[in-house]
Amino acid sequence: MPVKPLLTKDFATENLEQLKVYERTGGYTGFKKALEMQPDELVELVKKSGLRGRGGAGFPTGNKWSFLPKGVYPRYLVCNADESEPGCFKDRYLIEKSPHQVLEGILIASYAIGCNLAFIYIRGEYLPQHDALEAAIVEARQAGYIGKNVLGKGYDIDVILHRGAGAYICGEETALLTSLEGYRGEPRLKPPFPAIKGLYGKPTVVNNVETVCNLPHIVLNGADWFGAIGTPTGKGTRVWCMSGHVNRPGNYELENGTPIRELIEENGGGVWKNRKLKAFQPGGASMMVLLPQHLDVALDFDAIQKAGSLAGAGAMVVMDETTCMVDAARRYVKFFHHESCGKCTPCREGTFWMANIFDRMEAGEAKAADVDLLLDIGYSIDGRSFCPLGDASTWFPRSVIKFFRDEFQQHISEKGCPFKKTVQEAVA
Amino acid sequence: MPLAKPTVEDIKDLAQRYPSKQSAIIPALWAVQHEQGYVTKEAMAEIAEHLGLPSSLIEATASFYSMFLTKPEGRHDVVICVNAPCMLRGADEMAAYLQRALGVRDGQTTPDGAITWHSTIECLGACGGAPMMQVDHRFEENLTEERIDSIIERLRQPVVAATAPAAQAAPTAEAPKRKTAAPKRARSES
Repeated sequence: MPVKPLLTKDFATENLEQLKVYERTGGYTGFKKALEMQPDELVELVKKSGLRGRGGAGFPTGNKWSFLPKGVYPRYLVCNADESEPGCFKDRYLIEKSPHQVLEGILIASYAIGCNLAFIYIRGEYLPQHDALEAAIVEARQAGYIGKNVLGKGYDIDVILHRGAGAYICGEETALLTSLEGYRGEPRLKPPFPAIKGLYGKPTVVNNVETVCNLPHIVLNGADWFGAIGTPTGKGTRVWCMSGHVNRPGNYELENGTPIRELIEENGGGVWKNRKLKAFQPGGASMMVLLPQHLDVALDFDAIQKAGSLAGAGAMVVMDETTCMVDAARRYVKFFHHESCGKCTPCREGTFWMANIFDRMEAGEAKAADVDLLLDIGYSIDGRSFCPLGDASTWFPRSVIKFFRDEFQQHISEKGCPFKKTVQEAVA
Repeated sequence: MPLAKPTVEDIKDLAQRYPSKQSAIIPALWAVQHEQGYVTKEAMAEIAEHLGLPSSLIEATASFYSMFLTKPEGRHDVVICVNAPCMLRGADEMAAYLQRALGVRDGQTTPDGAITWHSTIECLGACGGAPMMQVDHRFEENLTEERIDSIIERLRQPVVAATAPAAQAAPTAEAPKRKTAAPKRARSES
């Protein structure tokens, strides 16, 4: 069932970031076709296509759009380009290679939901990507794709590119909206969901970069065409960001349903240095670890969930037999501690204490009871935090304790890391 | 130090750009950091004045975001990622090498004022090219000791010669040059 890539099919084309080149590959014909349709038809089309959000939660995009209350204006579209999940670098790739594809997707989504002002929230660290998008916006404005009475169809749309300033939490949609309003990026209580009360208290849709990139293709080729790609509950493709111990790390767009083995062994060229696979982690820092026995699980939201992890934002971190699983978990826990916004106690205090215990483990100062203490703290955070950041901080470490508990015991009994990670002094 | 006129104009423009002027706070902070290299309390008071907002609001926002600097640093900013995907490919060894090569500890500036470096646990989005570091907002990927040496050599050159890195994966914008988009310490001063 090999299917040609959709989003990355023209990425070998030189200067694709330029409007003229993008148009030569069929760029903006999706938007033109969309403008010939009624907005409601577009919402139905995307619903029917089965497209699910690519930001992490996998919520059906068309359904998200249809939650906007009727007759309430203005309404906003926000494209989430705050890609910060450790292990993920696909949005950066999609923006760098084809900023106009992102923009075209945003324009289609905006028209479909009746929005006249769209935003792109891009993480502060992505400055060259910010500049690429800004250049694309200027070109699109000159070409008449953005502005008043777009292409003479009576539709007005403007796009504001907004740069974040270093906060993982702003990838969470309500925190993103709070940040876009100029406040500290703390998450908000849901409900009300952004569809009802979002940016500036108005109905708002937040869609991920990769999600909107699918839209031009769905509009051009139809829901049935898109629905024929992938699995029954996971239509289309995904761009997987592969990193860690593989021969060829990088971004690979694969049809949903492709076995994980194919991604790691064929696309990635297998585990490096002729070593054995120890574990891998789909979805990014948040997600639970999987083992070699899971290699034949399909790259698909539901299949990965069934195997005990989550597909999340589409990362694949591969770990070989020399990896210290305790140290890997330590990094992620320290990351979540660093990025906790401090709003709620379970996450703020819990990640602090988990990080402390992991440091103790690695330094050889942990006690026998510390493993259960970690599980206990994890239990106190998961499901008790204000937003998913807190919950997710516990998933990887708890899964590592489940599968690699003996490594924790070794750290305790041998008073240090058995994998001889000696270079710790330069680490934050 | 009062803000330069173009920065003030930028901030006034930004106030008109968004449905709410409060949304202009983060872009205004970027404009200030671009001009001055960091953001002082006085500059935040000025932002507040131009946006017509209390300065406590500006400070509350600025203090949340890790990229806004409150004190001057070296001419170049070097950040090396040590999160798990980078760790798997030898980021700790590269960070240790960087520290030895620069002769100053994590978070410090070299005596010649050229480079401030620190390690970060915040993923920078280049795991496919790990180990990596960010040099003035440009990604330097697939680091080796030799590559670090040549990057440091380039950064240590006097201000005039310190141009943008040669090898970049990312495209750069041609047309628009909004002030807020420029690297934070690309200004020429000594």
